[in-house]
Amino acid sequence: MTAAKNSLASSIVESGQRAALRSDTSAGTDTRSATFRVWRGSGGAGQLQDYSTKVSEGMVVLDAIHQIQAEAASDLAVRWNCKAGKCGSCSAEINGMPRLLCMTRLSELNLNEPVTVEPMRAFPPVKDLVTDVSSNFRAKKRIRRFTPRPPDAPDGTWRMQQADVDRVQEFRKCIECFLCQDVCHVLRDHHLHEQFVGPRLLVHAAQLEMHPLDVLDRTGDLKESHGIGYCNITKCCTKVCPENITITDNAIIPLKERVIDTQYDPLAKLIRLVRGKSGKREAGRGKRDGGRGNAAS
Amino acid sequence: MPEYQKHEHDVLVIGAGGAGLRAAIEAAHSGASVGLICKSLLGKAHTVMAEGGVAAALANVDDRDNWKVHFADTMRGGQYLNNWRMAELHAKEAPDRVRELEAWGTVFDRTPDGRILQRNFGGHKYPRLAHVGDRTGLEMIRTLQDYATYQPIDVHMECTIVSLLKDGNRIAGALGYDRERGRFKLFSAKAVVLATGGVGRAFSVTSNSWEYTGDGHALAYNAGAALQDMEFVQFHPTGMVWPPSVRGILVTEGVRGEGGILVNREGRRFMFDDIPENYRNQTADNEEEGWRYTQGDKNARRPPELLTRDHVARAIIKEVREGRGSPHGGVFLDISWIRSKLSNAEEHIKKKLPSMYHQFKQLADIDITKEPMEVGPTTHYVMGGVRVDGDTQMSTLPGLFAAGEVGAGLHGANRLGGNSLSDLLVFGMRAGKYAAEFAGRQATPRVDTQQADEVVRVALEPFNRQGGGEGPYQVEHDLQTMMQELVGIVRRDDEIRRALDALKTLRERARKVSVTGNREYNPGWHTALDLQNLLTVSEIVARAAMERKESRGGHFRDDFPDKDPGHAKFNIVVRRGPGGEVQLTREPIPEMPEHLKRIIEENK
Repeated sequence: MTAAKNSLASSIVESGQRAALRSDTSAGTDTRSATFRVWRGSGGAGQLQDYSTKVSEGMVVLDAIHQIQAEAASDLAVRWNCKAGKCGSCSAEINGMPRLLCMTRLSELNLNEPVTVEPMRAFPPVKDLVTDVSSNFRAKKRIRRFTPRPPDAPDGTWRMQQADVDRVQEFRKCIECFLCQDVCHVLRDHHLHEQFVGPRLLVHAAQLEMHPLDVLDRTGDLKESHGIGYCNITKCCTKVCPENITITDNAIIPLKERVIDTQYDPLAKLIRLVRGKSGKREAGRGKRDGGRGNAAS
Repeated sequence: MPEYQKHEHDVLVIGAGGAGLRAAIEAAHSGASVGLICKSLLGKAHTVMAEGGVAAALANVDDRDNWKVHFADTMRGGQYLNNWRMAELHAKEAPDRVRELEAWGTVFDRTPDGRILQRNFGGHKYPRLAHVGDRTGLEMIRTLQDYATYQPIDVHMECTIVSLLKDGNRIAGALGYDRERGRFKLFSAKAVVLATGGVGRAFSVTSNSWEYTGDGHALAYNAGAALQDMEFVQFHPTGMVWPPSVRGILVTEGVRGEGGILVNREGRRFMFDDIPENYRNQTADNEEEGWRYTQGDKNARRPPELLTRDHVARAIIKEVREGRGSPHGGVFLDISWIRSKLSNAEEHIKKKLPSMYHQFKQLADIDITKEPMEVGPTTHYVMGGVRVDGDTQMSTLPGLFAAGEVGAGLHGANRLGGNSLSDLLVFGMRAGKYAAEFAGRQATPRVDTQQADEVVRVALEPFNRQGGGEGPYQVEHDLQTMMQELVGIVRRDDEIRRALDALKTLRERARKVSVTGNREYNPGWHTALDLQNLLTVSEIVARAAMERKESRGGHFRDDFPDKDPGHAKFNIVVRRGPGGEVQLTREPIPEMPEHLKRIIEENK
């Protein structure tokens, strides 16, 4: 090995050991107990119940819930799958904040006070931490499906530039945890689930509308049946997104602009009637929002 | 008499990850009425965890790639125990299945000329994995889920199947319960496709979710279908090791594909120390060449970090056992070192490995653009599963099909990274197609409610023992710890015997577990039921592991550390004996046709 390689290798090891040492001391949750105030109940009825359990380094709230299941409440209902922030199953409200149970570390909570763990309040309760999120699946059916333009190449494939798919890829990071739906006041406080599809489904609509291959125009649906007008861009959804999708700025506002351009601007409406979606795209584009693409036309 | 919610389908697909969704879509395309069972909510299945990419010889990045090279790579990685017909079909059809996803909305990362980008991965000769950063599985399952949303498919979410039902010697349906209310559901079906994934929850250090309890393996086995290759469990070399609560969570092989290196506590890049003979020609012999390979130099050979998973996992174990591990019993995986090679390294890492960045930052306080990760092997995948016909995916039980991880054959003794996402597309599609075709030839089967009544009676027993025995979680925990220790990465005859003894005791304990509460969304009860499947597959894995007295692929025997050519000629096939005992047979692997042999020779 050359001297240069030696120094690289030893710096890797040193930095790894430093990181290990830091993670050992930074958690601040050496073996002690904490109290978790967990919502127990089925249907609408229930109450918060206190459970004390041991906490250890690196634990997340979902670990505590599992310990409570094993020690004191084997029938405590909670949804979870991947435990790595990728499936979006374990959404709940921790100390009143919509979060993923598996990505909320105990070291970021004040364990001198009971930690409150409640189900998402915008959805009908099923049992304990589990809610009925089926409205989101129904809402998706109302959004018209992905419809690509004819392939660009004779072998049935398309050509897209990375720059043109970056925005859509941001939207497609969504793990469907529905925390944005939970925090949205239109759904949470006003219960307008039938009139308004909510931020998650607007992100879904945005990825379709800005997909370089898609040819449908959903602006009419967005205005008439998806209720985009109900959103008054308070950005609560963006704040709770565990995938850090800029829901309001990158998805909802550009969609609102498209709706205004195509549904309220008579000239654009005429162009759209004549030219189909590409006309809408021209009108709705203004700034780069991922909606371009080297259309076949 | 229990009450049932009754459903009737031509094709019932059990499992709604990639394979199940693809099978359901294909069966619906064929005109069959389709029911799709999800153990969780739709779109949450384990496919979301797949990170690195889907292997398909598209040849977008390296035009020397083609199906023959992919076929040869898959066979070499599987140590030639693979079902060669499946390996052939898989390599030929994967490109079409990937392109089809693009037509359904998947947005893969792009090449500079606008095509689907492909990345390097362990055991693949050329850059072959179509990907979306490090969240390829999520992209795929969402595409399939969204596409399936508009198909005539009845989706049964949060429903667990506890038994298959038979009409004489053919499949007749399945019995399950819904999680929300605990009501029993009776499904009548002319054909059933198992797509239930793997058995990872039989081990304590695992990248698998709670769902991975070997349901499909146990369902098929209990119904009389044959399993094979169950000794081959893949331990992925890089799982998180610290902090304890995240131990086992996957760290994608993509980190190494992008240039990440493995280093022991002495700072030595130990993967250069032991390169297996059959990979020597394809492996770089110096660090500079390895780096050039990851950066797309077509004349460079791959770095030894990208050897097959079984080999890398054992190399890590060796470093740890010999005292050269990292502080928490793993080794260092470092991608931050590429700062010395690339000026925009930090941005590059965040772009290529966003969820790894996120995962370590949030769960371990580690910034992977600046510091190395600590990693060690984690239970990841089972190569073994239901024995199927290579073309149709039908099991030895007429009308029962299997696809994806629960099926066996494609991967042989070791699966290459990226070959599972392509597996589930290729064989999910085939299973759906042939299940629909089979169903079209059948009359509606007779569902025997007596069979169902008995299943229900047994399923409800844990409630009747209220207050009697211990809870299910402790038994599950002890099972996982035992299997990890005695039938894990390194195996020995005496340890496997101890495991079999321990399984007897655990079975006794499981027979007595009691649960509290009622049938509504009761995880204690669900665990008590899943435990039965875990016990079944654990015993099968242990017995198959005892039978294979050699080391090959994912199966390593300390007492038989070498490969034995005699063991290369058969698969170990498992059936349930008349008395409920595990029966093992050695079934010869059919002779490979000349044209395939030639491909393997040409790619040596």
